Parts: sequence; structure tokens; C-alpha cells
Amino acid sequence: MNDLKKMVKLRIWRGDSKDGALQDVEVEANEGEVVLDVIHRVQATQMSDLAVRWNCKAGKCGSCSMEINGKPRLACMTRMNTFEEGETVTVTPLRAFPVIRDLVTDVSFNYKKAMEIPAFEPPTELKAGEFRMQQVDVERSQEFRKCIECFLCQDTCHVIRDHEENKKSFAGPRFFIRMPNSICIHSTFCEIANRPPKRSMVLECATSPSAAPRSALSTFVSLTTRSFR
Amino acid sequence: MHGSNRLGGNSLSDLLVFGRRAGAGASAYAKANPLPEISDATLAGASQRLNAPFVGNGDENPYALHQELQQTTNDLVGIIRTGSELEEAIVKLAELRVRSKNVKAAGGRNFNPGFHLSLDLDNMLLVSECIARAALQREESRGGHTRDDFPTMDSKWRQVNLICSWNGEKISTVTQKLPSLPKALFDLFDPHELEKYLTPEEMTSISGEKGGA
Repeated sequence: MNDLKKMVKLRIWRGDSKDGALQDVEVEANEGEVVLDVIHRVQATQMSDLAVRWNCKAGKCGSCSMEINGKPRLACMTRMNTFEEGETVTVTPLRAFPVIRDLVTDVSFNYKKAMEIPAFEPPTELKAGEFRMQQVDVERSQEFRKCIECFLCQDTCHVIRDHEENKKSFAGPRFFIRMPNSICIHSTFCEIANRPPKRSMVLECATSPSAAPRSALSTFVSLTTRSFR
Repeated sequence: MHGSNRLGGNSLSDLLVFGRRAGAGASAYAKANPLPEISDATLAGASQRLNAPFVGNGDENPYALHQELQQTTNDLVGIIRTGSELEEAIVKLAELRVRSKNVKAAGGRNFNPGFHLSLDLDNMLLVSECIARAALQREESRGGHTRDDFPTMDSKWRQVNLICSWNGEKISTVTQKLPSLPKALFDLFDPHELEKYLTPEEMTSISGEKGGA
């Protein structure tokens, strides 16, 4: 089996916040490799200063988000054998965020928005041991914690991808997933303490300038809360 | 902290315990001491060291060197170790260290992985050599450390840690005594369970201590 190695063609965007361009390279690829493996080989053999952010190589950390042939992808989870024989694979940075260098973008927008979402705090009038969650309520919020924060959903959301000015007032779809997690715990507390929930927790989180995300958010809210009045 | 070692689970408990200790220690030290004066010579030295991969005449590719380092430690300081291979590793690591002085980085300083790797190689070589030296010295098998030429656990080695340190030129390894098992803990076990781990002298001396559970 000597045909496990072959040459593949990549077109990689290289540049910084000011300027950049696509560069063509040819590089060896082995059976079973993913785009990140091939990018690393380009780095090791042809472009030692090629900037790419990565960590786990297993689709768990969400670091190697980029656009591959214009589609939002994790480079570590995109296999080379999904492309046509001889196809040039184009690799570019996430367009929704400012470029730092080459394939690396500044995603700090997401961390700033995350800090604006209030964290759940047990009510002060309850003593230790009085705040209890049912297992079913614990499990309900787990689904929303599966997000690995790759920010690929943010990259495809036209509200922030195409309209920089919206970033001030709109947090993006990633936070539709973040909110229900807080809401699950919050609504459980409201049932226990027999008091109305703070509606502001829901509505202040991601005030969308367009109707579509808002309705997506309300779907999440209705799915995840039992006793909202 | 890990007893006979729990591979894979170590990193998490290590970062929580030693991360907290290191942070608390650094903060206490910074509060208790005046800001140190940094001499111009120190600054110039640090700057020179950072610039070295860009300005030197070296032609070593940092990625290739990294790959050789990985292969060396994988082959010679791996899961099943032997004395002769560990000695060979120490020789090879010294050669890699010499070559690492000639690494070459291209491009600028902004998010440049080749430049970062050029600097990181120093620490990788340091840690690799510490592991090889301590593994060569520890003539027994215990937890994550398996010596093909010393396949059994030796209770005498349970009494000590090997501490590696770097003086800027070379690594030295010293043997540091561990505190003995407290009587209160000793009393929780059936003595037969502990015979595997403790020397007969330790068994007698701890069981004879006053106090305990």
C-alpha cells in the first residue's frame, strides 16, 4: 500500500489585521489525515510562521475553528478524504471576528458577552441545604453545557457576521444556548421559593435587532422552562 | 500526591493543587517583597535570548527538532524503560540541546508558532532530561514508571523522591526523604496490605508508635 501518501493542494489565507492574501501550497497528505494535520505539515516544512490556533485535535476544545472552502469547520474534524481528488482546499479565518494573523482571529467579543450574562446565585434568604434541585432539573440543563465554544455558530450568524454595528446590542446564537442553562437553574429556584422568576434574565440577554434570532430564543425559553408565568 | 501514580488523571489534580499553591505563593511573595530592580544587563540578555532565533546564523528547523525530541523520548524514555536506553536518551538529548542553539525562526513576533516553538524547545529538553535522569536512577518499577531491568517494586524507593534542578548549566538530581506514613493512617489498614509497600523496619517502627487512630 504505497498509495497512502499523496500531494494535496491548499490555498491558505495569510496576513494580518491590515492586509492579506491567499497563498497556494502543495503538501503531502497521508491516509486518514484531517485538514489540521495537513496545515501542521505546511507549517513544519514550508511556512514556519503560519499562525493557527489549535489544541485538542479531537473536536472537544473548539480552538481550530476556520472556514474551509467557505464553510464553518473545525480543522481537526474535517477529513481530507471528504474532498475531490485534485481539489484545491481553501482555508480562511473566521470572518465574523477581527484577524490577528493568518488563520487566527480575536474572539474576545464572545468572552465580553459571556460576562454580561448574570450567573446564577442562590437566593440569600435560603440557608445552606435548603436549595435543592431535582435530578430531572439537573439533567435538563446538561444539554446546554455541551457547547464547546468553537464560535462557528457566531461566524455564520449574519446579524454579527455582516453587521459589525450589531455586536454592541446582540450577543449571537452561542448565547441562546448559554441562557437556557441559567434559566433552568433559575426556574427551579423560582418553583422552590414560590416566587415569580425575574423575566429580565430572559429578555436582557440577547436583544436581537432582527426577528429571527428573537423567535429562536423564545423557542428555547419555552422548551426549557416549566413554570414561567 | 498521586501515590503510585494515576496516569491521565494526574494533570487535573496537579493543575488544581499546584496551580493554587503557585498562585497563592507568588501573590504572598509579591506582597511581602519590594519590586526587584532589573538591571539593564538582565534586560539586554532577555531581549537577546528572545531575538536569537531570528538573528542567528543557525539553520535548524524548530519543528524538525521537536519531532526528533518526541521520537527520542518515545523510543527511549517511554512506557517500558531500561537502563541502557535511558543512558542513550541522555546522550541524544545533550546532542539535541546543542542543536537547539541553532534554531531559526522566520517572520515576525506576532502569533508566530515557529518562533514560540524555538523558545519552548529549551523547556521541553529540560523536562525530558529530568525525566530520563530520574528514571535511570530509580531502579525499580512503580505506578507509571516501569523498568524492564528492575521489574518489581522496592520499598526502599517509596521512602524518597528524586528532585531535579537546573543551575543554568546542568541538571542535578538529589534524593529527598519523604515523611513516613502517619500512625493514624497506618492503623486504618490491615498490616498485610501495607507489607507490600513498607520495609519491615518501617512496619515495626510505625506500629510501635504511640497515638494514632
